Amino acid sequence: MKILIAGAGKVGRALTDELSSEGHDITLIDMNSRVLEDAVGMYDVITLQGNSASKAVLEEAGVQNMDLLIAATNADEVNLLAVITAKALNPNIHTIARIRNPEYVEQARSMRDVFALSLVINPELQAAQEIARLLKYPGFLKRETFAKARVEIVELKVFKGSRLINIQLKSLSGVTRSQVLVAAVLRGGEAIMPDGNFVIKEDDRLFVTGAPDQLHEMLIHLGIINMPVNHVIMAGGGKISYYLAEELHKSHIATSIIEIDADKCRELAEQLPYSTIIHGDVSDRSTLDSEDIGDYDASVSLTGMDELNIVTSLYAHMHNVPNIVTKLGRGNDGDLIENMPIGSVICPKELCTMHIVRYVRAMQTKTGAALSVHRIADGRIEAIEFRADHDTRHLGEKLKHVKTKKNALIVSITHGTHTEIPNGESIFQEGDTVVVITNRDSKISQLNDIFEDGLS
Amino acid sequence: MNLRMMMRIFAYILLVEAALMLPPALISLFLHEHASMLAFFMSMGIILAIAGVMFLISRKADGRRFYAREGLVTTGISWILLGALGCLPFYLSGAIPSYVDALFEMVSGFTTTGSSILKNVEILPKGVLWWRSFSHWVGGMGVLVFLMAIVSLSGKNQGFGLHIMRSESPGPAVGKMVPRIKDTSKILYWIYTGLTVINIILLKLGGLSFFDSCCLAFGTAGTGGFGLLNDSFASYSPYIQYVTTLFMLLFSVNFSVYYLILLKKFKAAFGDEEFKLFWAMVFVATTLIVINVRPLYSTLEETIRHSAFTVGTLMSTTGYATTDFDLWPSFSKAIVVLLMFCGACAGSTGGGFKQIRLLLLWRSLRRNIHTSLHPSEVRAICVNKRPIDEHILHNTHAYLVAYVIIVIISVLVISLDGFSFETNFTAVMATLNNIGPGLAQVGPTCNFSGYSDFSKLVLTADMLAGRLEIYPMLILLSRSTWKRAR
Repeated sequence: MKILIAGAGKVGRALTDELSSEGHDITLIDMNSRVLEDAVGMYDVITLQGNSASKAVLEEAGVQNMDLLIAATNADEVNLLAVITAKALNPNIHTIARIRNPEYVEQARSMRDVFALSLVINPELQAAQEIARLLKYPGFLKRETFAKARVEIVELKVFKGSRLINIQLKSLSGVTRSQVLVAAVLRGGEAIMPDGNFVIKEDDRLFVTGAPDQLHEMLIHLGIINMPVNHVIMAGGGKISYYLAEELHKSHIATSIIEIDADKCRELAEQLPYSTIIHGDVSDRSTLDSEDIGDYDASVSLTGMDELNIVTSLYAHMHNVPNIVTKLGRGNDGDLIENMPIGSVICPKELCTMHIVRYVRAMQTKTGAALSVHRIADGRIEAIEFRADHDTRHLGEKLKHVKTKKNALIVSITHGTHTEIPNGESIFQEGDTVVVITNRDSKISQLNDIFEDGLS
Repeated sequence: MNLRMMMRIFAYILLVEAALMLPPALISLFLHEHASMLAFFMSMGIILAIAGVMFLISRKADGRRFYAREGLVTTGISWILLGALGCLPFYLSGAIPSYVDALFEMVSGFTTTGSSILKNVEILPKGVLWWRSFSHWVGGMGVLVFLMAIVSLSGKNQGFGLHIMRSESPGPAVGKMVPRIKDTSKILYWIYTGLTVINIILLKLGGLSFFDSCCLAFGTAGTGGFGLLNDSFASYSPYIQYVTTLFMLLFSVNFSVYYLILLKKFKAAFGDEEFKLFWAMVFVATTLIVINVRPLYSTLEETIRHSAFTVGTLMSTTGYATTDFDLWPSFSKAIVVLLMFCGACAGSTGGGFKQIRLLLLWRSLRRNIHTSLHPSEVRAICVNKRPIDEHILHNTHAYLVAYVIIVIISVLVISLDGFSFETNFTAVMATLNNIGPGLAQVGPTCNFSGYSDFSKLVLTADMLAGRLEIYPMLILLSRSTWKRAR
């Protein structure tokens, strides 16, 4: 597909990287020629310097022949104007706009209709929702949902003294007493897709699949403390903090926000009457100490500086805060921070990129195409959700008779409302939802690609 | 530096080179030219063996860490390899007995220079002649660009193709025409091939044999200049000379202009400032020479034909000749030397300093005059109504300096051989600008065989520097390129 990306910021670049390597033809527009110069040296794309809302620039970029416009400049208004202008030049174009000003969130839905947007994205809101999801059901470092929330892949770290240490995977169900499957393991920066003989070690990060109730069951039997979160402290009073406070308020979770800028504090205090807004510097220990950070159930580091976020989370860990979330704006340097006790890592840029990538994949309506794609294990493994349809081969055959590719593993089959962890006796039928995990080098874009007897 | 990945690219380059030797080998086979046939097959064997070893070494190549530095070094070394191994057929077949001579001839071919050390071209076997001319065609658009069009070297690694294309394609700011480098290279090669085929057909219609039409068209397309006769183009019919004049000029136009024409964006295509400057210069230079040399020729038609051909051959940096411009009056000779320097448009197959650089330097000079009158004036330099980034201007200034330094050093060094200053200076100009013949002892009717081996190597390096626009060659000499960061 021909895709026009307006704005070569963090999200624009991440999208360029992702979509270009998926084989799309990307044209990147930005005002700053330096940024474009960098981008063109890194990705196989063409760039154009100019205002992406200007008709002349869009025409020169060839918007008339484009399939999709992703407006991701740092100004919401420019994004909307770019979308309107592009629509005028090419009525058939799909459009995605980033709208992130909290004041516009209310009207996002109506804007979608008025401007005929295909998708509105708000990375900060998305990140806040993701964090809220983790905090509402604590215990996992990360959770990805599939098949209308009937399947999840959760991330679990094996801490010292865990009952999982030295357990072989084939005898795992004896410990967890639940129907779950370890789909992938990160050990020392390397992603492994384990078999039954794999033995769990300390510091492994497990990626476990199962139905949500089964995963819950597992947590209880593992004795992982699963106390509900009641009071959250947030470092930094940016957009994510605002959205998160709102979101948590709906679940009656109390929040405190520490912000360094006095005006910002006043603004937040007006917008969030139920939150405690503290004017102070997070990098100053006395601020955190005077708030008794150790008394909170959860600490979320959301300042604009990744380094400060990491340090704040480490400090929270030192004070035994049970749930820690760290935002990293620049991206997830997996191997670098892997062994730091900074809890769940949230990267708004990646969340939003994956959201758009999912939309783009869905646009190419191929039969048996992926319904959704999630990255796990620091992006080294992809979990892809498929729907089996009448073109899918091996329908109704027992899995032990079907040969799948070495690097593809079926981790769950959902029939109607029932989710099953597959074994050799399992079958899948038309209409079932199947989740497959695979390492990223494999080219799996439809369900039939996972079978050994290859191309259809 | 990512040596493994570079090795992988060299291996591919050599594979391409070996494959390109197949047609001349077959020509030799069918014409029973045993010596050259054997030489071609032996060379292919040697090249394939080296490529095989390189593939083995580069098995674990990782394309992700590939940046501008790797791109430049890869291009520089690739071209040296191409010349050093491509000349084996000349050497092994005995057509050119000295290896240095063979190297000179081959590099002259790949860099589309067309300077020759051969005194008598007409006795060469057909296979060798084909290889000599075909090297122009390959070198004109670039081997690495060709490689980019046929193989997907880039898997995850994305931008790296551009680093290579930038260092091989002429011009101060190389861009793409479409998002994918592979598609861009394909478009370039399709335009190139299409124009070449038209040229072959037109030459064939002029009564030349198919073999001759191909060879001459290859030389024209790559703006090379190796001919098939000792007097280059003088004995061909006026029709052939006109066709060749036209095509030499067509191949010196930025290929993106043709792409714009194909897209029916005529306004953008013909409004291009470099395009306009180029044709204006062609017209003015031809007119001045016609007025100046009118007394030397019997008819006005002949005067115009020879003047236009010479202007075309020099501005496109081809190097064919219909007349001995060494016999022209000194005003015309001065224009000839000036045109040698100016060169063709960026993004074409032609060499030289490039029209766009002249335009940038001229505007930059004008701005400096302005700002010395109004010291706090802020002014952007625009080409085609788009502001030019300051760092491109800086690069252009630096390029001029590098260019002048190379000319000075080269002239100094080859002066040791004792030829006149005119000979030495134009020899350097002719090689560094990838033209072919110079004036005096290296004029259109003479050749470079009189220089010592050392001077020939210097001129060979000049040809490479000229084709690759200096930096890829200079960078090979720089210590920091090879230094490991500790």
